[in-house]
Amino acid sequence: MGFFLETVFAGLMNGVLYALVALGFVLIFKASGVFNFAQGAMVLFAALAMARFAEWLPQWLGFQSVLLANVIAFMIAAALMLVFAWAVERLVLRHLVNQEGVTLLMATLGITFFIDGFGQTVFGSDIYSINLGLPKEPVFILESLFPGGLLINQDDLVTAVMAMAMVALLTLFFQKTGTGRALRAVADNHQAAQSVGIPLGRMWVIVWFIAGLTALVAGMIWGAKMGVQFALTFVALKALPVIILGGLTSVPGAIVAGLIIGVTEQLAEVYIGPLVGGGIQIWFAYVLAMVVLLFRPQGLFGEKIIDRV
Amino acid sequence: MFYRENGQFQTSYQADQQIFPVRQDRLAILALIAFAFVGVPLLADEYLFRAILVPFLILALAAIGVNVLVGYCGQISLGSGAFMAVGAYMAYNVFIRVAEVPLIVALLAGGLCAMLAGIAFGIPSLRVKGLYLAVATLAAQFFFDWLFVRVPWFTNHSPAGTAEVSNLGMLGWSIDTPLDKYLFVLGFVVVFAWLAKNLVRGPIGREWMAIRDMDVAAAVIGIRPMYAKLTAFAVSSFIVGVAGALWAFIHLGSWEPLAFDINRSFQLLFIVIIGGLGSIVGCFFGAAFIVITPIALNQMLPWLGALAGVRISTAMVGHAELMIFGALIVWFLIKEPHGLARYWSLTRHKLRLWPFPH
Amino acid sequence: MRLRQLALSAALALAAAATALSTGLAMAQTPVQFFPSLTGRTGAVAPNATPFANGYADYMKLVNARGGINGVPTLVEECETAYATDRGVECYERLKGRHGGATVFQPLSTGITFALMPRLATDKIPMITSGYGRSDTADGSIFPWVFPLLGHYWIAGDVVLQHIANKAGGWANLRGKTVAVVYHDSPFGRELLPIVQRRAEMHGFQVLALPVPPPGVEQRAVWLQIRQQRPDFVVMQTWGVMTATAIRQAVATGFPRERMFGTWWSGAEPDLRDIGADARGYNAVMMQHGQARDSEVVRQILAQVHERGQGTGPRTEVGDVLYMRGVVGAMLAVEGVFRAQERFGRGRHVSGEQARWGYENLNITQARLDELGFAGVLRGPIVTSCRNHVGTALTRIHTWNGSGFDWSSDWLQADMNVITRMITASSESFARDNNVTRRTEAGC
Repeated sequence: MGFFLETVFAGLMNGVLYALVALGFVLIFKASGVFNFAQGAMVLFAALAMARFAEWLPQWLGFQSVLLANVIAFMIAAALMLVFAWAVERLVLRHLVNQEGVTLLMATLGITFFIDGFGQTVFGSDIYSINLGLPKEPVFILESLFPGGLLINQDDLVTAVMAMAMVALLTLFFQKTGTGRALRAVADNHQAAQSVGIPLGRMWVIVWFIAGLTALVAGMIWGAKMGVQFALTFVALKALPVIILGGLTSVPGAIVAGLIIGVTEQLAEVYIGPLVGGGIQIWFAYVLAMVVLLFRPQGLFGEKIIDRV
Repeated sequence: MFYRENGQFQTSYQADQQIFPVRQDRLAILALIAFAFVGVPLLADEYLFRAILVPFLILALAAIGVNVLVGYCGQISLGSGAFMAVGAYMAYNVFIRVAEVPLIVALLAGGLCAMLAGIAFGIPSLRVKGLYLAVATLAAQFFFDWLFVRVPWFTNHSPAGTAEVSNLGMLGWSIDTPLDKYLFVLGFVVVFAWLAKNLVRGPIGREWMAIRDMDVAAAVIGIRPMYAKLTAFAVSSFIVGVAGALWAFIHLGSWEPLAFDINRSFQLLFIVIIGGLGSIVGCFFGAAFIVITPIALNQMLPWLGALAGVRISTAMVGHAELMIFGALIVWFLIKEPHGLARYWSLTRHKLRLWPFPH
Repeated sequence: MRLRQLALSAALALAAAATALSTGLAMAQTPVQFFPSLTGRTGAVAPNATPFANGYADYMKLVNARGGINGVPTLVEECETAYATDRGVECYERLKGRHGGATVFQPLSTGITFALMPRLATDKIPMITSGYGRSDTADGSIFPWVFPLLGHYWIAGDVVLQHIANKAGGWANLRGKTVAVVYHDSPFGRELLPIVQRRAEMHGFQVLALPVPPPGVEQRAVWLQIRQQRPDFVVMQTWGVMTATAIRQAVATGFPRERMFGTWWSGAEPDLRDIGADARGYNAVMMQHGQARDSEVVRQILAQVHERGQGTGPRTEVGDVLYMRGVVGAMLAVEGVFRAQERFGRGRHVSGEQARWGYENLNITQARLDELGFAGVLRGPIVTSCRNHVGTALTRIHTWNGSGFDWSSDWLQADMNVITRMITASSESFARDNNVTRRTEAGC
C-alpha cells in the first residue's frame, strides 16, 4: 500500500510538470490555432538562455550571489522569449494566416529546427546547470503507518508548488486583466475579436510570449532536475498525450489530463510493466489518450467538434 | 509551342482515360524512365548511387504512401516510421524463416503485414479527426518502437537485437553492387508510382478526395467513410511498409529500431508537404529536396566560409545546416503552401502557352 | 514575375545539386594517411561525443608533430552525424574514397556501426569498434573487418560482476542476491544482458532487468521499482542523459551510490560533473584508461598541439575520460598502420585492406605503450590475431569522489573461458544465418 501511494505521488508530481508544458501548447492553440511543435525547442532555448546568463553574469559584472544571478538571468531569458515571440509573429504567422492546420504544424517544425541550431550556436551544446538550491535528499514520512516510511522528494514538492503558482498566475491573468480578456476573445473567435477592435497580431505576440514564459519556467524546473541539455526537447513529446486527452482548447483540461497521465503512466510502468518486460511508459500514455479519444473525440474537456456541411 | 495538344484527338473512351493523354507527356515520361534506367547508370558514380539516389527513391516511395493518406484522404498520420518498421521487420522474418522465398515475395509480405498494422491503427480515424488523429497515430509510432526491441522473435533472437540481411538476389540476378541496388529500387518505385497514380485517378481515389474535402457531405452522398478511410490506411501502409523493407534490406543492410523512429515520420511528412499534398510527382520533388539539401548545405557552407576567409567548425556547420533547413522550410511554406508540385504544374501551364504569355 | 521566381529557384536548386554531386571527386595530393572522423558534435549526444572527436583529432596532430607514421602524415576529416544512422551512412559513402582512401572508421554510434558492417568487405575498409558494437565481433574468423579492440560489453559485464563478487567475498557469496541491470532499451543496452544472465546461471544470483526507453529523462518508475525490490547492486548500461538521470533518481530514492556500477560509457565527467558530491561513490568499469591528466601523452599533446594553437577543443577537456578514449582510439588506428607498414613498406601509404592486416596482427608491448606516452594509462601487451580481435581483456574500476575519479580496484582480467564460449556460440549462429564461412588459419 505504501508503495502504491509512493507511485501515485510520484505520478502526481510528474503530472504537474507535464501540465505546465502542455499549457504552453494549449495557450497557443486557443489563441492562434497553431499546434506549436516548437514548444519543446522553446523549453530548451529558454532554459539554455537562463543557464548561460546565470553563468556569465557573475563573470561580467563581478558579483557572487547565485540568487541575484538567477533572477537577472530569468529576466533576460524572458526578454529573449519576447523577442522570439515577436519574430515568430512577424516572420512566420503573419504570412501563414488562414492556412491549413498541417501547414502551420510543419511551419512550427521548421521553427523547431531553426531554434535548435540557433540555441546551440549561441549558447553551446554542452550540459549546463541551473542552481535553484533545491534540496536533493528524500524525506520519509508516516514511518509509523508504513514500514520504511513513504518516500517524498522535497525538490518535487518545491517544483510542483512553483508550477502550480505559475498556473494560478496565468489563470488570474486571463480572468482579471484586460489583456487576458482580449486573449480569450481572440481564442473564441478571431473575426469577432477583430471586429471589436482587438489587434490580432499583437495578441499573437502576447500569447506566444506567455507560452515562452511557460516554457521558461518548465525549462528552469526540468533543467534544475536533469541539467540543461538537448534531451529537454523530449519533454514536449511527453506533453502531447496530455493535450489530446485534455482537449486542445482547454486549460483546465491540460491540468487535469496532466495529472491523470502522470499517475497512470507511473502505475502502468510499475505494475503492468514487469509483466511485459518493462519500458512501456513511453507508449502507454499515447495509447491511453487514443483509447479515450475513441469515446470522446474531442478529449475530456475539449470543445465539441462541429462540422457544418 | 512544343506542348500544344493540337491535333491530338481521343477517339475512344480508353484513350481518353489513359494516364497520360497528351502525347508530349507520354514521350516525356518514357524518356525520363529510359534516362533513369540507362542514362543515370552511365553517368552516376558509386557515391551518388549509395548515398543519394537509393535513399531518394525509397523515401519518394514512402512519401507516395504517406501522400495517399495525408494528401488524398486528409488523415494526418505521424506513425509512418512505425509502418516502415513493421514492413522491414516482417519482411526480414519472412525472408529468413520461409525457405527459398523470393526476395520480392518477402518484401511484399512485409508490406502486407504493414497493411494490417495500418488498418488496426487506422480504426481511430473513424472517430477522431485532424490534429487529434495526428497525435493518436504517434501511439503507433512509439508502440512499434518498443515492440521491436522488446520481443526477440522479430530479430530472430539475435543477441545484439538487430536484424541483418545478406545475399540478396532474384531469379539468378545477385543484388550486390550499388548499380544493382539502384535498378532494383527503381523498378519498385516505377511500378508503385504507376499503381498509385492509377488508384488516385480511379473511383477509390475520388472517394478519398471526397472524404478529405468534407467527410460529412461525402457520407451524405453515399460514400462509406469507414471503407474509404480504412482503404486509405491500408494502401498507404502497404506502400510505406514496402518502402520500409527496401530501406532496411537495400539501403541499410543491418538495422536497429531507431532507424525508423519519430524523426523518420516527421521527415516523411516534410517530404509530402514540401512536395505537395495530393500529388504523386510532388513526392519525388519533396524527397529530392529533403535528401539533397542537408548534403548540399554540408558541402557548401565550408566552401562559402572559405570564400569569406572564415573557417567554420564541424559543429558550426551542423548547427548552420539546421538553421538554414528550418528557415528554408518556413520560407517554402510561406511562398508556396501547396508545395513544389504547384511550381511544377505552373511550369507546365506556362509551357502550354509558351511563347505567348496568356 | 512568377517566371523570374521560378527561374531563380531552379538555378538555386541546380547549384545545390551540383555541389552535392561534386562531392565524389577525389583530389590528387602528396600521400597522406586519411582517418575520417564521424562526429557527434550536435544534438543530444554532443556532451559525450565531442570530447572523443577532440581527443582523436588531437592525437593525430601529435603523430604529425612527431614526424607522422614513418614520414607519412595523418589527415583527419570530420563529418557530423549527430549519431543519426542515415547521416552516418552518407558520411561513410562520401569520405571512404577521399584522400587516397579511408584507413579505418570508428563510428561510435551503434546504429551507424550496424549499418556500416555489411559494406566493409566490399569497400575493403576495416572498422574499429573499441568498446562498443557487437561483442561477438571479437571472433575475427567470422568478422574479418571489425575490431572491438581493448574490450566489448561482455568483458565489461564480466569484470563488473567479478568486482562485485570480490567485494562480497567471492562468487559463492552472491548466491541468492539480486543484481538489477538498468539499461538503455536498445541493442546497445541489451548487449550487456547475455553475460549477466550467464553469470547468474553459474553462480545463482537473480537478475532484475529494467529497460529504460531512450532518451531516458524519465526514470522515476524504474527507481521506484528498485526501491521496492531492493536489489543488492545496480549495474548500468546507459549513455548520456540517461546516466545522469539514473544517478539523480538514485539520490532521490536513497539508493546508495556505492552499490552502483556503470560500464565504460556510463561513467565519465559529463554524466557526473553536474551532480557533483551527491554522486560520490558511484563506480564505473573502465576499458583500461580513465581520466589521465597526469599522463605523458597528455603532457605531449598540451605542449606540441595546444601550445601551438592547434588544439581541437578546449584545454580544460584534455585528459578527461572520453577525451582519452578518443586519444586511445587514434593511437590504435595509427599503430595498426605502423604494423602494416612493417609488412607492406615503411614510409608508404597503407590501404584499408593492408591496414586490416595491421589491426589483425598487432603486438603492442608495454615498452611501446610507454614510448608513446601511455605509461600508467594502458597496460600491454595488446596482441590481436585472426580469432581474437580484442587484443586484451584488462580493465579497472574507478569511483567518483565528488570532483574527479579515483581508481578503486586493481587490474581485473575478464574470464575469457566463459566469454570465448559465448562469443563462439554467437558468431556461429551469425555465420549460419548469413551464410558466412569461418576463415581458417591459412586464410587469415
